Amino acid sequence: MDKKIFTISVYSENNVGLLNRISGIFLKRHINIESLNVSKSEIDQVSKFTIVVNTTEDWVKRIVQQIEKQIEVIKAYYHTDEETIFQETALFKISSDLLFDEPLIQNAIRESNSKIVTVHRDFFVLAKTAQRKEIEAMHDLLAPYGIMQFVRSGRIAVSKEAMLISEMLEEFHNNNK
Amino acid sequence: METVKATAKKETAKKSMRITGAEAVIRCLLAEGVDLIYGYPGGAIMPVYDELYKFQDELTHILTRHEQGATHAAQGYARVSGRVGVAMATSGPGATNLVTGLADAQIDSTPMVCITGQVARHLLGSDAFQETDIVGISTPVTKWNYQITRAEEIPEILAKAFYIAKSGRPGPVLIDITKNAQFDELDFDYKKCTGVRSYKPVPKPDNNAIAKAAELINKAKKPYVIWGQGVILGEAEEELKALIEKTGIPAAWTIMGESAIPTEHPLNVGMVGMHGNYGPNVLTNECDLLLAIGMRFDDRVTGDLNTYAKQAKIVHFEIDPAEINKNVKVDVAVLGNAKETLAEILPLVDKNSHEAWLQEFAKKHQEEYDVVIKNDITPTKPGLTMGEVIEEVNKASGQKAVIVTDVGQHQMVACRYAKFKESKSNITSGGLGTMGFALPAAIGAKQGAPDREVVAVIGDGGYQMTIQELGVIFQHQIPVKILVLNNDFLGMVRQWQQLFFEKRYASTVMTNPDFVKIAEGYHIKANSVSERKDLAAAVKEMIDFEGPYFLEVKVEKEDNVFPMIPSGASVSDIRLK
Ligand SMILES: Cc1ncc(C[n+]2csc(CCOP(=O)(O)OP(=O)(O)O)c2C)c(N)n1
Repeated sequence: MDKKIFTISVYSENNVGLLNRISGIFLKRHINIESLNVSKSEIDQVSKFTIVVNTTEDWVKRIVQQIEKQIEVIKAYYHTDEETIFQETALFKISSDLLFDEPLIQNAIRESNSKIVTVHRDFFVLAKTAQRKEIEAMHDLLAPYGIMQFVRSGRIAVSKEAMLISEMLEEFHNNNK
Repeated sequence: METVKATAKKETAKKSMRITGAEAVIRCLLAEGVDLIYGYPGGAIMPVYDELYKFQDELTHILTRHEQGATHAAQGYARVSGRVGVAMATSGPGATNLVTGLADAQIDSTPMVCITGQVARHLLGSDAFQETDIVGISTPVTKWNYQITRAEEIPEILAKAFYIAKSGRPGPVLIDITKNAQFDELDFDYKKCTGVRSYKPVPKPDNNAIAKAAELINKAKKPYVIWGQGVILGEAEEELKALIEKTGIPAAWTIMGESAIPTEHPLNVGMVGMHGNYGPNVLTNECDLLLAIGMRFDDRVTGDLNTYAKQAKIVHFEIDPAEINKNVKVDVAVLGNAKETLAEILPLVDKNSHEAWLQEFAKKHQEEYDVVIKNDITPTKPGLTMGEVIEEVNKASGQKAVIVTDVGQHQMVACRYAKFKESKSNITSGGLGTMGFALPAAIGAKQGAPDREVVAVIGDGGYQMTIQELGVIFQHQIPVKILVLNNDFLGMVRQWQQLFFEKRYASTVMTNPDFVKIAEGYHIKANSVSERKDLAAAVKEMIDFEGPYFLEVKVEKEDNVFPMIPSGASVSDIRLK
């Protein structure tokens, strides 16, 4: 079976130990996490992990089963790229001189849909939110001029299908009234 | 003393009261019906031990001689009784000594709650004396764990701990309690936990899956059941028996499932796995329908997965959705507690018998008997075999004993030859294969089932891994029977060295001490035999003895356990010699 990119979405309670528990599931199977993002979700008091892995569908299924088995996990899903809307954000810190001296950079900023977040005397910061390919392209464009710092976030994604977590929680409350 | 106890008792009646976290821990245990715990004290758990002293009439604490022993004793207790075993330890080394037992309980689904002390909240992360990140360390080997840093958390978290340990697929839970939370006061009000919103212990059975499974059963010509511990944990023994008796399906067990159906039941065809019976292994690859009930297709059971039951339709009755298609792809998954799902399928299956198919098991049994079993249990060579010793235990105990085994050759022989009439009678470390398990587990088993005979069958290697627990047996006069099968080797490893490493016996020969003297040093009645003429009487004396008893049997040094599926080979390629 071929490896490909899967996005795993995990809805969970917000608990200190849970990140360790979830990353341990990957560690135990010697599977690398490509990126990981933890944030709040659309539901009050419910956290959302977005984990990207490059593996086979058989393995991603098993991993999701193991994640969902954890006590504090409400529900876990996996999706292919076609089934989600996903983005990453990158920050580029670049010497201010370039902004004024290099017309190419000015064009690049304008054409790339990136945003100047801040301008200091010595540097300015560009932010770009897009898919990985476009961020890479921008990186390649700027690299020859010198990038003082670069950072890219983990993938964040929403699925095209409905997740129905609220319904699940409601069902629990109704059954435990 | 008296007044302290009296007030303690009176206050139990009150609803909410102001008490310390340490006292709350004890009251939580009492509220969960715990009357026996195993543990070892130390600095960070001393406030709780102080309360144990006050509550000693209601809650017995057994001081094992090592924290690992506390976990295995709690496991033994849980496995015979179906209740949650409890172990307690201090922070740092006390806590890390629990790890083997936690891992064992995790892989063998044993309900256990471990409570550890931790340095005070303000010292966390300062590398304080005996600080260790036991929550981090124990995460991969616990069903759930949690660090309590405030006294008010204690009742709710301990209630949750017991609920999680016992419900669904059981497992170990570790609760780490900082010292300040033990000293601080809280308003105590205990409510049992009845649910956790993010946790579904038992999936809802799906009627379609059950109907599909019934249809496959009704169509099958050579159906075959392999059951595991799920049947015992789900208390589904009667339901399983009813199903196989109605359908006439031959049924085999994994070592974790052993004793759920009596050994001599006509449809009980024996043991699967690496050292299991010949027929049950080979015929796995000849059945047309495999019903896997409460088992998880461990590699020691399946051998090579690429050649495992490929010809058969497979139905998996399982409580844990994460087990479905984990190792073996199945045609139908029947999720739920086996007690419910088996009861639901019973009216849907046709009454049947499979005489010819059953005969195939009988034929294979005869082959195995002629080549292996006969020589194991009625040997003619001079040296004693492990098999004949177990036969004597069967005879002397009337097949009524709980057999607790350690890990190695003796374990496989005991699982193969011990006979059982009652469920929850074979206590063994199946998944982790933990040497040192048996002696402390036998202590727990005896305390969890005081009316039953408990015989620990142990190798000379594993015995010395937790031998210090003889101290517990002596101090509390726990009437377990300790049967050491001494071959002066790490036998199972030596067998592999003989078969697969051209007899290079690297570090498997042991020069052993005088085991009888050691037992006698603990004032435990002890005996040793090495000749066949003395064996039956010695085993009988051990079983009939009222108190704890140690018996060493010096067996043939270089015997091997057969049949054997060489590791990575197919169940079809099981070797009889
Ligand atoms: C804690 C632990 N260490 C190592 C092993 C590997 N191991 C499996 S069986 C065995 C030999 C056991 O020897 P003994 O206790 O004498 O029993 P026998 O096989 O001779 O019956 C060993 C070393 C293990 N299972 N557990």
